Amino acid sequence: MQDTWTLGGRTFTSRFILGSGKYSLKLIEAAVRDAGAEMITLAVRRTNTKESENILDYIPKNVTLLPNTSGARTAEEAVRIARLARELGCGDFVKVEIMRDSKYLLPDNAETVKATSTLADEGFVVLPYMYPDLYAARDLVKAGAAAVMPLASPIGSNRGLAAKDFLQILLDEIELPIIVDAGIGRPSQACEAMEMGASAVMVNTALATAGDLPLMANAFRQAVEAGRNAYRSGLGRVLTRGASASDPLTGFLRD
Amino acid sequence: MGAKILEENRFFVDADTLSPEALARKHRLENDSSCRTDPTQYLPGMEVLQSDVRERVLSQVASYDPARYTASDVRAALERRTCTVEDLKALLSPAAEPLLEKMACRAKAETEKHFGNTVYLFTPLYLSNYCENYCVYCGFNCYNRIRRGKLTAEQTEREMQVIASSGMEEILLLTGESRSQSDLTYIGEACKLARKYFRTVGLEVYPVNTDEYRYLHECGADFVTVFQETYDLCAYEKLHLLGHKRVFPYRFDAQERALRGGMRGVAFSALLGLADFRKDALATALHAYYLQRKYPQAEISLSCPRLRPILNNETIRPMDVGEKQLCQILCAYRLFLPFAGITVSSRESARFRDGIVRIAATKVSAGVSTGIGDHESKYAGESAENRTGDEQFEIDDARSLNRMYRDLSDGGLQPVLNDSLYV
Repeated sequence: MQDTWTLGGRTFTSRFILGSGKYSLKLIEAAVRDAGAEMITLAVRRTNTKESENILDYIPKNVTLLPNTSGARTAEEAVRIARLARELGCGDFVKVEIMRDSKYLLPDNAETVKATSTLADEGFVVLPYMYPDLYAARDLVKAGAAAVMPLASPIGSNRGLAAKDFLQILLDEIELPIIVDAGIGRPSQACEAMEMGASAVMVNTALATAGDLPLMANAFRQAVEAGRNAYRSGLGRVLTRGASASDPLTGFLRD
Repeated sequence: MGAKILEENRFFVDADTLSPEALARKHRLENDSSCRTDPTQYLPGMEVLQSDVRERVLSQVASYDPARYTASDVRAALERRTCTVEDLKALLSPAAEPLLEKMACRAKAETEKHFGNTVYLFTPLYLSNYCENYCVYCGFNCYNRIRRGKLTAEQTEREMQVIASSGMEEILLLTGESRSQSDLTYIGEACKLARKYFRTVGLEVYPVNTDEYRYLHECGADFVTVFQETYDLCAYEKLHLLGHKRVFPYRFDAQERALRGGMRGVAFSALLGLADFRKDALATALHAYYLQRKYPQAEISLSCPRLRPILNNETIRPMDVGEKQLCQILCAYRLFLPFAGITVSSRESARFRDGIVRIAATKVSAGVSTGIGDHESKYAGESAENRTGDEQFEIDDARSLNRMYRDLSDGGLQPVLNDSLYV
């Protein structure tokens, strides 16, 4: 049976999502062809009006566009950017990104919940980028999010799954798909997130700055698949939780 | 230090068109400090901000002794995960010069972590070169004999059309500092026009009050650049002899007023070569640093202009700030403020700019003219006979947008024309 997952009525086989940030035609090609990406993030603020530069032209039609609201500092601004994306013809998917800090670019969970609620009411498929906090994640579920996208570590830090323990809590408690976003600096970290039970990972810088884009894209595809298979096989959870001993500890008890 | 540089750079030029009275007044200003106003005293109408940022920056700079730092301080700074203020001081010191290649490697890694391989492009548009200040190193200074002019609304729109048709999406509007020739409404109307043709509008105009920044923001501007020129008050006083720019603290607080007025981002700079460049670089970085801590949402960026020759004074040079020193400063900025934008203007050569965008810079200008109203002739490849007013300084890198775009792409970088939405 094919291992698929669904978001906003669309079914995906790939669990590798290309983030925005650093874009080039070569990067998109590598992500689609070699990493198998079926969803690509698009920073609305970076879309160009100049014809030759329009990133929309680079993205194959069978790939789902995920416009993001980067640059928004409040829920209100995020909502405006999302509406603009829809008007630009980017579809109904939107990644809500709200930051009130230019240094760490950490998401503001409270504003994100507000924006998610408004946009879900307007029929958007909302994927909120968030700091991995259980209460906020639950609020996002209530607000109508289609998935939650917790960060793994601060953007640009290349520190991998620094928030691992908190990601695990969300993976254990939240029923929606969880896409691990931000901080994945290498394929092994993507693999680890998938082993833990993430539905997908989002990667940009790690791929964009690689020496050989197609090779790195392929490495990510393999890592994501390996991690996913490990999770499905049951090993992932068993390893995290500790295996049961082959000889029961309580085997000496009589009666 | 400021006095020494003044002697080395012969700034004072007497235009033969000045009346004997004007000339006498000019000489008095230049030679007799008692004729000059107190640079710390606000003029009527200037908003006084209650802010601790200036005190914090200037006290750090006052105690900074670049000679105190050693190679091991620099090595330690390069190994630390986050760069402290002390580390920044070491990185700006002479002891760091032999370690420049190491610094550049670390800076490059930080730049890639935060910006990948992207480089932003913009172009400046000078609206007016009228100026009421006497800043001795500037081509626009009120005593310099240049052709003065300002664009009418129609001319402004025409220039914007020409620039926009080249593909540029971000524009920086500049004026000389004259409230009478380029008043707030004049600038505001230019912002409204710019919003029709560009996605991002920045301003580099005379500092204004918070409510005036709010008005300009509502007209469409999102970014404000104010160069402090030098943070050394003693040198500042000797270089800015007349006009509202002479008021040091009002200029210093401009970025903070701009942020309070709703601007998305602010840019900072010293004009390197005016005073002790190590202290000025330290002050610039700390000015940005403390303000970002106070206003965490603010997008901050740094520029790094060096002195250039001006019309009627070909001799002006950046003195002891060579390309190596400039590179050192930019690497130090990058390591101390990994998330900050760094702009390198067309004052620098194409070779330098091509190199520095691989290390630390994230933004460069293209298709630049610093004169008034000559984009149309320049972009059409004609001489600038028709220009309305003369240039502020001589540029070095005259590449067009297309050329710059191609050069960056060929170098494996990703040119980005727009990274902001006006919301």
